Amino acid sequence: MISMKNKLLSEQVPLGIELYRKLYLVRASEEAIIKYYLEDDMKTPMHMSMGGEAVTVGVCHALTNDDLVFGTYRSHALYLSKANETDLFFAELYGKNDGVARGKAGSMHLFSIENGYYISSAIVAGHLPVSVGSAYANKVKGNNNKVVVFFGDGAIDEGAFWESMNMACLYKVPILFVCEDNGYAVHTTGDKRHGYNSITNIIKQYNCNVFEINSTDVEENYEIAKKALSAIDETGMPSFLHTRYYRYLEHVGINEDYDDGYRTRDEYDEWLKKDPVKFQRDKLIDEGVSEKDIAKMEDDINKEVELSIQKAKSGELSNVSMFLEEVFCERD
Amino acid sequence: MREISYCQAINEALIQEMEVDPDIFIYGIGSPDHKRIFGTTNDIVEKFGHDRCLETPICEDGLAGFGLGAAINGLKPVFVNIRVDFLLLAMNQLSNMISSCRYMSDGKLDVPFVIRAVIGRGWGQGSQHSKSCQSVFAHFPGLKVIMPTTPYDVKGMLISAMRDNNPVIVLEHRWLYWQTGEVPEESYEVELGLPSKIRDGKDITVVATSWMNVEALKAAEVLEAKRGITVEIIDPRTVSSFDDTEIIASVRKTKNCIVADNDWLHCGFSAELATTVYEKCLNSLKKPITRIGFSNVPCPTSRHLENEFYPNAENIIRAIEKTLDIEETDMSDEIFYSHENRFKGPF
Repeated sequence: MISMKNKLLSEQVPLGIELYRKLYLVRASEEAIIKYYLEDDMKTPMHMSMGGEAVTVGVCHALTNDDLVFGTYRSHALYLSKANETDLFFAELYGKNDGVARGKAGSMHLFSIENGYYISSAIVAGHLPVSVGSAYANKVKGNNNKVVVFFGDGAIDEGAFWESMNMACLYKVPILFVCEDNGYAVHTTGDKRHGYNSITNIIKQYNCNVFEINSTDVEENYEIAKKALSAIDETGMPSFLHTRYYRYLEHVGINEDYDDGYRTRDEYDEWLKKDPVKFQRDKLIDEGVSEKDIAKMEDDINKEVELSIQKAKSGELSNVSMFLEEVFCERD
Repeated sequence: MREISYCQAINEALIQEMEVDPDIFIYGIGSPDHKRIFGTTNDIVEKFGHDRCLETPICEDGLAGFGLGAAINGLKPVFVNIRVDFLLLAMNQLSNMISSCRYMSDGKLDVPFVIRAVIGRGWGQGSQHSKSCQSVFAHFPGLKVIMPTTPYDVKGMLISAMRDNNPVIVLEHRWLYWQTGEVPEESYEVELGLPSKIRDGKDITVVATSWMNVEALKAAEVLEAKRGITVEIIDPRTVSSFDDTEIIASVRKTKNCIVADNDWLHCGFSAELATTVYEKCLNSLKKPITRIGFSNVPCPTSRHLENEFYPNAENIIRAIEKTLDIEETDMSDEIFYSHENRFKGPF
């Protein structure tokens, strides 16, 4: 356990530490992916979360384990936030039998049903109407559980986004839409794709609650997610949360792409100054958590990640015949 | 046994299953409105309320995804489409999300989801209200596609579909809605994936889908009465993977085969059926298989053009005569099915 120098901060620090632990888990896992990816044993297209950890970790921390989440092909942060483990994660990236789907899913289709993480879609906006349907089921069952659906700003270009917003607001389902806007749809900026100025101004015309945040502070993201979720209960309407982050690496893959001409290193450098992981670490130290305790936590996570990778590398491939299984549910 | 129409059989299946399974709900454009999807959703709002018979926005792709989301989270949606053509707007959800949901979760998510869609025909439906599309949907692993022809089958297969933990697309031909037949009052299942022999014969096998069974039956009656030829008719009923035993046994017996599909031929289910027969009993066949289906153009609107577009009993009779190498039958005194006398439109 982390000891605290300043007992006065005891209420805040545990939350801050827990959030940092999750941020670091995501960052360390992706750094390990970068380290090992060129060995060519993880044969799955990696859409890296790096740079966006504060939003995903912050929002997920505001959820109960009975709430459901739906994500995209860029879902490492979502998986690790919800599942809080790396063994099944890396086994899936290595396509092994111990993976979440025994190798049927890979990086783009991660899920963790037991932790409420149902579907990741590699079709932009494909999961949006699905999440609305799951929220409708929660409403019908009266269980008070929420659905949170994550998507990029590119998804708003799709008709499925507008169909989903309309259905969610019409049926008043308990859902939180979280737009993780990194400024680019693949390599294209919003000004080249949008026939409007402000998405939140448009969404405000729908019967829902609208929130905005532009912060790499995980605690601020956590707090606004809590507000957005409470608003669902208070108003009986869905919530929409627009967030901002910066994607550090290329759209797909583990490399930087600041020399490709569509964005600049200066832009990256500005965001790096407020890097979500570093930001939270500095904050904890400011609040009195010892450097040594933080380093110990980081070291433990690094070891956990490394152990998971070694297990995944040496793990068995699934039996080939299983690839034919689970297309249909057989009647009992 | 009492006789009811295909339309009433659908309605009865929905009501009986909703009575025993509170997780089932119906939704789709017009489901609860005063037209009640040609009567198939009659009394459902009154019995179960609007929450279980939901009016919807016009957004088929979103609605299909909505159903998937409800299905994986504890409900059993029945999504109604008054035309198959409209369901094509949902191809992303059908092909990318619904069909592969279970597989990609390695069996952890079940998808108990029924999608009804009505095949239109006649009275000027034109090219956007007349498609059948069974081969399009059945192409994707993970979707079950059924085309019940008789009132008995539609009730039993729809009940089976609602009890199936997989996505099932039910294609209902608009003209079949008036067909009547014996249907038990109690609830029952007809197993999906099994063909049904709807007529015994020894001279030739006609494998027909949906409305084409009605045309095949008329053709069989004419040929038996006038030429003494007996036609065996098999309805595959399921278009996604099905047990072909009965079809193969029939062709081995009659040694002749015609496939009459309610669709275009090119890349269609008729090719799948013909290939199945060729693969499994080529040596039994005396002649190559003839395939009968829509003309290879979009469906025209005007009646006289539409009549040319669709195959009918006469086409089946001529194909049989050719296959059996017999002279053409005089049909000048025959009265064939005419929707002129039945279907006054508009929809």
